[in-house]
Amino acid sequence: MTSIIIFLIIALIMVVVVQIGKIADIKGVLDNEGEVHMSGNDRQGVYFMIFLVGFMIFCVASAYYYRNWMLGYGPHDSASEHGVILDQLFNTTLIFTGIVFVLTHIALFWFCQKYKYKKGRKALFLSHNNTLELFWTAIPAAVMCFLVVKGLTAWNAVMADTTEEYMEIEAMGQQFNWMIRYPGGDNLLGERNYKLIDANDPFGQEWNDVKNLDDFHPSEIVLPVNQTIRVRITAKDVLHNFDLPHFRVKMDAIPGLPTYFVFKPTITTEEYREKLRPVPEYQALADPTDPESPMLWEAFNYELACAELCGYGHYSMRRVVRIVTQEEYDAWEKEQESWYNQTVKGTDQDPHKAKSEEEMRLQKISMQKEAFQNSFSSVEAGQTIRLDNVKFLTGSANLEPDSKYELDNLIEILTATYPNMKVELAGHTDNQGNPASNQALSQSRALAVKDYLITNGGIAANRLKAAGYGDTKPATSNDTAEGRQENRRTECIIISNK
Amino acid sequence: MATIAKEHLTKEESLIEELGFDDHFHDHHHGDKYQSNFITTYIFSQDHKMIAKQFLITGMFWALIGASMSIIFRLQLGFPEESMAWLKPLLGKWITINEAGIGTLAPEFYYALVTMHGTIIVFFVLTAGLSGTFSNLLIPLQVGARDMASPMLNMFSYWFFFLAGLIMFFSLFLSTGPFSGGWTAYPPLSALPQASEGSGAGMTMWVISLVFFVVSVLLGGINYITTVLNLRTKGMNMWRLPLTIWAFFVTAILGLLSFPVLVSGLLLVMFDKGLGTSFFLSEIFIGGAPLDHVGGSPVLYQHLFWFLGHPEVYIIILPAMGLVSEVLSVHSRKPIFGYKAMVFSILAIGFLSFIVWAHHMFMSGVNPWISNFFVLFTLIIAVPSAVKVFNWITTLYGGNVRFTSACLFSIGFVSMFISGGLTGIFLGNSAIDIQMHDTYFVVAHFHIVMGIAAFFGMFAGIYHWFPKMYGRFMNETLGKMHFWGTMIGAYAIFWPMHYLGMAGVPRRYYLFSNFDTFSHFTEMNKFITVAAIIVFMFQILFVVNFFYSIFKGRKVTTKNPWGATTLEWTTPINAGHGNWPGKIPTVQRWAYDYGKDGREFISQVEPLAEGEEDGH
Repeated sequence: MTSIIIFLIIALIMVVVVQIGKIADIKGVLDNEGEVHMSGNDRQGVYFMIFLVGFMIFCVASAYYYRNWMLGYGPHDSASEHGVILDQLFNTTLIFTGIVFVLTHIALFWFCQKYKYKKGRKALFLSHNNTLELFWTAIPAAVMCFLVVKGLTAWNAVMADTTEEYMEIEAMGQQFNWMIRYPGGDNLLGERNYKLIDANDPFGQEWNDVKNLDDFHPSEIVLPVNQTIRVRITAKDVLHNFDLPHFRVKMDAIPGLPTYFVFKPTITTEEYREKLRPVPEYQALADPTDPESPMLWEAFNYELACAELCGYGHYSMRRVVRIVTQEEYDAWEKEQESWYNQTVKGTDQDPHKAKSEEEMRLQKISMQKEAFQNSFSSVEAGQTIRLDNVKFLTGSANLEPDSKYELDNLIEILTATYPNMKVELAGHTDNQGNPASNQALSQSRALAVKDYLITNGGIAANRLKAAGYGDTKPATSNDTAEGRQENRRTECIIISNK
Repeated sequence: MATIAKEHLTKEESLIEELGFDDHFHDHHHGDKYQSNFITTYIFSQDHKMIAKQFLITGMFWALIGASMSIIFRLQLGFPEESMAWLKPLLGKWITINEAGIGTLAPEFYYALVTMHGTIIVFFVLTAGLSGTFSNLLIPLQVGARDMASPMLNMFSYWFFFLAGLIMFFSLFLSTGPFSGGWTAYPPLSALPQASEGSGAGMTMWVISLVFFVVSVLLGGINYITTVLNLRTKGMNMWRLPLTIWAFFVTAILGLLSFPVLVSGLLLVMFDKGLGTSFFLSEIFIGGAPLDHVGGSPVLYQHLFWFLGHPEVYIIILPAMGLVSEVLSVHSRKPIFGYKAMVFSILAIGFLSFIVWAHHMFMSGVNPWISNFFVLFTLIIAVPSAVKVFNWITTLYGGNVRFTSACLFSIGFVSMFISGGLTGIFLGNSAIDIQMHDTYFVVAHFHIVMGIAAFFGMFAGIYHWFPKMYGRFMNETLGKMHFWGTMIGAYAIFWPMHYLGMAGVPRRYYLFSNFDTFSHFTEMNKFITVAAIIVFMFQILFVVNFFYSIFKGRKVTTKNPWGATTLEWTTPINAGHGNWPGKIPTVQRWAYDYGKDGREFISQVEPLAEGEEDGH
């Protein structure tokens, strides 16, 4: 209904306006104005003068009004080294074009007013003037030469690949976010292959390439201030554009064709917030609906955006960029875990699986050693220490291979730490099966341990006592599987330490 | 024509009678066998004047569609929180309504609207609607020809355009939506339906439509060139051509050389899309799977596209420049200042337009070293452009300016061309382009310099030659309202966008609120949207004025209402097929003798007086 009314009102206005136009036409005919109606011609010249003044005021006032939001003005200096040069170039161009803009507009509209039609006046027959034309060909040509030289000098400096020491990170655009990859401790990004991409390997990193093993994927870009940064810019699916407006950085991300941009951030996020602190535009709440929220200047963050149409989510590819001091950066980097360690290590995708399993076993053993030694930190007669990692093959008194590590640890304690200690080695079983055979098994297991200590550690036999208790001394209830597991054990009970 | 009594002839008519060339026009056939019934007169017409009107009205239809689309996406940008539920009847499933009754525009369709807006305005309105209309109307009339070199191809030119439009129109109703990858259609986005729904059937129809469109441009272009070169009347040497003809001539050459390159680019995208080739695709992982395409380069497509794309902006603006030059001269009652400089500027711009294309690609991953050349050539274009501006302003100097609607729009054109041209100096300098590339600064620049300016040129042309097309005037009061509303409104829309661009706000964003950096400009975006709606209303006023004036406008009573020198004003008010009923006029002088020797104007058919030098 509303739309019908609005439509009718518009139609009505149109009819009225057309009628007004019609009346003016008829009036011209009645006044015998001839083919070209010239009444009202004077007014148009005046309108042009009013427009000229209004337009110039609008241009200046709007620029003044928005100065604090615009980059390069107010507080929005470039946060990168090269950006300062670009901003200067922008302003140089603005001065030249501004002068031309104002002068040509004054001439254009002033001539309209001054030379508007007057009955009987003869127009000047002026078809050309070579001097004048040469002059205004030469002036723009000279200005353009100046701008080209200045612009290209800056351009070639900014776009040159870096020769100094730099830190490289990778930004990969995909529908619809940015993936970030850091080189990790080796400062080198590893090889990629797009065919390897899957949920566990978002970049398609080649895990055979050891450079990849320490690469990590943070959720925000954190960079140290005053360091040369080279961003390797890639795309997974369609074109994107790596856009850091505060740093004057922009470069397309292209599938199959890596690009780069080199820049040096010069202002940390904290320093930039301080710059924005006194600016009136930044005094509002960051979230107007929440009175608890920080001020806009406190909530300020550098942002990474996408500036090349990449599909329906193009407008949402945001990442926060934080510029920090070198110390803060080092601390942050230390906290990051490599993607390989986090997600890939030890899985079927891991080509280093065998190697890493061995690594993990050794690590486990050394941790066991530490724990074992700790359990001997205070020793009194009668104290019981469980030999958790001494294990036997099912139903036999043969030690599992890994048991020797714990027994070797025990040998070390009995020889180096407490050379006088006497211990009882006690074997226990759960209550499953025949108590007599349990008793026999526990006895022979205790003896097996004793034998090992004598044979491999040279411990005097009189310092060791082997006893089998069968199922008579359960550590806990035998009703559950976990309980029975707990009860099948070998213990080392300290008899004396004199 | 012995039937016309000599004493009733105007001076020009008797000069044509005396000096004109008798091609025995009416000896060949009695009546007009090519325009004998309604269909051959109004539909499959071979008369260049009728074809011009067909181009114009079809162009206006598309302009309304393209502008309406911009209003819808401006509503999204200006008022993202407001409900769009009221558009549901028009847009159907592209508006989703939540439980609270708030309707939201689907982002997919937002991008389809942006893409279609660009395609429609650039190709259908400002290429076909502008160059198609006025090249057709004015080339035969102003060079003194009975019609185009090949009226038949000329007719085909229009109908291929019509077919292109039909296909594009149907693509708007696809269930997967029209093409939505931007008017530049960069692959991989445009080649992969997995990446964007609109890159499925929508893209296919978009490409087919544009291929037909290019056929239309080529048929038209070859005709324009041939007509200008071969059908000039006796005495009409190249230095006596009005600037309109120079502009159309160079435009047609640009189109002929550049549009085929676009077709090659589009076909290769279609091969990549449908036949599994890898011209532009490489190492893509999408939709959960890696694609087999390896070794292509998306940058190659951009080279092919912009090899058309950049000349295309001159294809749009040169005809407008030609029209404005002519209108300013006629209504200042002065010769155009520096005619030869104007011609050389057109030629220089036309030549340079072919070696600057990569300035659209400074940030596209091309070798930065190559950009050096493109910066240089791009900024050189500022020189002939500046010459043209200074010459237009000097044309007003010392004149006796009649502010007809056509003249107002020409003056407005000069202002727009200055404003938009100057921002080109920023963008053409690759170092500044690092920050400005793909921001609203670019949007402001090209809308002012080739959107609004070209429209102003087109309006100037329509108001000025409407009497030639329909034998009536358009209403001047409405025309002046139209001018001031559009002039002020267009600046209100596009001037603030420069500030958005300086703040780094990227173009083609559906929403700004995801980024703190880009979300400070809510008020400005509202202002722009309101201004756009108001400007749109003024265009409706123009359309009303146009159709009203066709039927009810004030009638033209003399052949030459504006007091112009060129040949089209020596034809009868409602000229039939063949333009001149008797002999073809011969040309005795250049086209800009206004205010010479104390005379208001001297028609091109009038011989030079004893000792008089020709023009310039």
